[in-house]
Amino acid sequence: MPRISLTVDGVRYDDDVEPRTLLVHHLRERLGKVGTVVGCDTSNCGACTVLMSGEAVKSCTVLAVQADGADITTVEGLAGPDGKLHPVQQAFHDRHALQCGFCTPGMIMAAVDLLAENPDPTDEEIREGLEGNLCRCTGYQNIVRAVRDAAAAMRSAAAPQESVPIGGGA
Amino acid sequence: MTVTDERPAAEVGAARRRKEDARLITGRTMWTENVALPGMLHLAILRSPMAHARLVRVDTAPALREPGVVAAFSGRDLPAMGLPCAWPVTEDMVHPDHPALAVDEVRHVGEPVAVVVARDRASAVDALAAVDVEYEPLPVVTDMEQALADGAPLVHRDKGTNKSYTWVFDSAAAGTGGSTEEAFANAPVVLRRRYVQQRLIPSFMEPRSVVADPTGDQYTVWSATQIPHILRFLLSVVTGTPEHKVRVVAPDVGGGFGGKLQVTPEEVIAFAVAQKLGKPVKYTETRSDSLLSAHHGRDQIQDIELAADRDGKVLGLRVKLLANMGAYLGLVTPGVPLLGAFMYNAIYKFPAYRFECTGVFTNTTITDAYRGAGRPEATYAIERIMDELAAELGLDPVEVRRRNWIGHDEFPFTTVAGLTYDSGNYEAATEKALSLFGYDALREEQKRRRESRDRVQLGIGVSTYTEMCGLAPSRVLGSLRYGAGGWETASVRMLPTGKVEVVTGTSPHGQSHETAWSQIVADQLGVAFEDVEVLHGDTRTSHKGLDTYGSRSLAVGGIALVNACQKVIEKAKPVAAHLLECDVNDLEFRGGAFRVRGTPTEEPGKTLADCALAVFAAHDLPDGVEPSLDADATFDPENFSFPHGTHLCAVEVDTETGRVSIRSYVAVDDVGRVVNPLIVEGQVHGGVVQGIAQALFEEAVYDADGNLLTGTFVDYTLPSAADLPDVVSDRTETPAPGHPLGTKGVGEAGTIASTPAVVNAVVDALRPYGVNDIRMPCTPERVWRALQGGAS
Repeated sequence: MPRISLTVDGVRYDDDVEPRTLLVHHLRERLGKVGTVVGCDTSNCGACTVLMSGEAVKSCTVLAVQADGADITTVEGLAGPDGKLHPVQQAFHDRHALQCGFCTPGMIMAAVDLLAENPDPTDEEIREGLEGNLCRCTGYQNIVRAVRDAAAAMRSAAAPQESVPIGGGA
Repeated sequence: MTVTDERPAAEVGAARRRKEDARLITGRTMWTENVALPGMLHLAILRSPMAHARLVRVDTAPALREPGVVAAFSGRDLPAMGLPCAWPVTEDMVHPDHPALAVDEVRHVGEPVAVVVARDRASAVDALAAVDVEYEPLPVVTDMEQALADGAPLVHRDKGTNKSYTWVFDSAAAGTGGSTEEAFANAPVVLRRRYVQQRLIPSFMEPRSVVADPTGDQYTVWSATQIPHILRFLLSVVTGTPEHKVRVVAPDVGGGFGGKLQVTPEEVIAFAVAQKLGKPVKYTETRSDSLLSAHHGRDQIQDIELAADRDGKVLGLRVKLLANMGAYLGLVTPGVPLLGAFMYNAIYKFPAYRFECTGVFTNTTITDAYRGAGRPEATYAIERIMDELAAELGLDPVEVRRRNWIGHDEFPFTTVAGLTYDSGNYEAATEKALSLFGYDALREEQKRRRESRDRVQLGIGVSTYTEMCGLAPSRVLGSLRYGAGGWETASVRMLPTGKVEVVTGTSPHGQSHETAWSQIVADQLGVAFEDVEVLHGDTRTSHKGLDTYGSRSLAVGGIALVNACQKVIEKAKPVAAHLLECDVNDLEFRGGAFRVRGTPTEEPGKTLADCALAVFAAHDLPDGVEPSLDADATFDPENFSFPHGTHLCAVEVDTETGRVSIRSYVAVDDVGRVVNPLIVEGQVHGGVVQGIAQALFEEAVYDADGNLLTGTFVDYTLPSAADLPDVVSDRTETPAPGHPLGTKGVGEAGTIASTPAVVNAVVDALRPYGVNDIRMPCTPERVWRALQGGAS
């Protein structure tokens, strides 16, 4: 079995894996990173989305061996070391952008990726950008609001002179 | 009870952010699939690729030789365990056996044929290929009308028929109205339509998963279910295991929408295998397994006839339904259409109504509850035909409704279907919706586009709905031959530090009960929102309850919760009186504290926390006072709850491509008083979108051989964010008179309302082209074909 080395949420793991093992199964079953979930078997739902060396990937569509050497961020590694929520997590909470919460890990990671590429997206760009992630509960409207809020919060945080509380807005 | 009413409600009505979120946004959730136990084995299930076949041979021995395999079973190897149907709707209903694992015959694609148990999931799945099955194909029927024709292939050959039952409601026979024959004989206008409720797949995002752990003669079952209490009871009945030896846990559950209101073959198989091997086992379905074998919804053919006078006043309604049961009867399969039977009359008053439903077996996956269960189908048909009536008479569709609806001053109103609507104000909701929507301006624009023969036409659709929710008065369920009651229960426990534990018999899977119940308890007991913990979903802590479906949790369980809180206050009274050295009758409870009546609120008094600590120590209690402030309450409603509302949808239809896009959508819902507007709005958004999905996107399709052609998310097309509009959601508030909080249900309302609003809009756009119906989902192809052929 090939040996792979992964850094997941800041921790390095070295493991022998079967070549056919999917990244998501490696994360969940070997590394215990069960915050990332599996919602389908055709790469449609996006519930398993993680960041692989900074890019969003559906971890059901990546072999663990393909991720050798990569730096993986899952929803579990998004909050700061002090437990402070990432602006996207905070905005999902503030905007009631989740109900059952099963799609949420993937949705949050996809949104983080979207905002890295486009820090100031329009609603339409948010909807297009999250097209690969399915949610059955929310109707997406509050997710769009949350991503918009998170974008504003992250832009403010990036501008050093301003100080705006995270997750503001009604 | 009136004492607490004097205090302004601080929490109920507030847009509290949810308690549930902390674990869900950080990936710290406990899904069933996350359960891992020492020595746990994994199941894989071999499913039939044939829609109907005799099982000549199921040989599992070759699978045992595969690496990692521990055991393998066919239906013959496990004890006979028939899956339950709790709703025999008629005395003579044909109710075939439904084995969890097929024994002699398979009757739909996806039916479990064999199970392999291995040390890891991949080995179990790999070894399925080694199971040797010989199928002898039998004739297949998937179409309901073909299934009822003479000489049709029989799904259950021993039953001699594909008809399960025919159930009739007739207002003349029931004494709730007149005869439809008379009403139709003399009616100046009679409309006849056939509407098709396509088959849908609930598509909760979390695939179903079950873990069964035997420890001695005790069993713990974790399951991604909406119904842990019902599952415990029925697992005990089905497997013959004493109920007190079975514990069921529904941890965090990722959506249900009725799709997890089932006792599944997989749960029973996992239980039986765990029992047989004495080891914990886990089964988690793939999405493809889920779409193929978890129960489906809708799938009805609705023949509807409406009689009216020339002013648009409805005189009578006749409905004849065919309802596809699938190959077997699931937990409430036969009863789903009956939940619609009482809703075809909707918000209208007319004198005569007849409903007849025939349940039909076909070689397809079973149908059962899906968000709204019977009520969306009924609402669709009546709201569609009300638009047809408007078109027939050249009236505005809103005006036709106005001429028929129950006035706000006519409540309580007993309908032609025999239900008593407790409250409502259809005028107010409609006025608000029309104004938010800009109805008149849109009609003007529509007129202009029609006159200019614009390639993109504008359509406006209205849906004025009500629904019966808060399932359900136990006596009514009994009269409909349902196997259980409809009560709900709650426990409130005061901890010595003043914190409060609440146990509910409802079982949330996205509905935010932890937050809403905390708000209610905070107000009732005068404690902090943060000091309340809501426990649910584990039959060890929540020993009884009837779980979550039918928009019942707050409507029924909320009353049990309020009653339990009131009992706690009553129990605390003698303790508080003792601490304050006063007479019990001189006490009042206000702002979370007991004080001698008339004492200013600045006086600290004695809080429930003070009483809880005194009871915990129990050093100095009055004689005869029980050292406990815990209380249980169980509540059985006398009536359903009847939320209502008016939804308006504007669509643009490209007449060259058939593409429909929603331009605006307004939902004004009256769900009574609101505990948390954030949660209510979320339920409306999600509900509306699921209804839009039926109107425009989703359909489960079988070919003539019984193969599901929409077995993945590639083909079963759930809408994404990019496919959907923003919904403008607002409310009117007519408190439910029978409820101490005044709340009604909200979980299903959006789905019930939105499907007809959207399809009415699409048809409205195309009426000048001679189109008066389009089959759902209104895909570009269907719309385009309708445009080519005129009326479809």
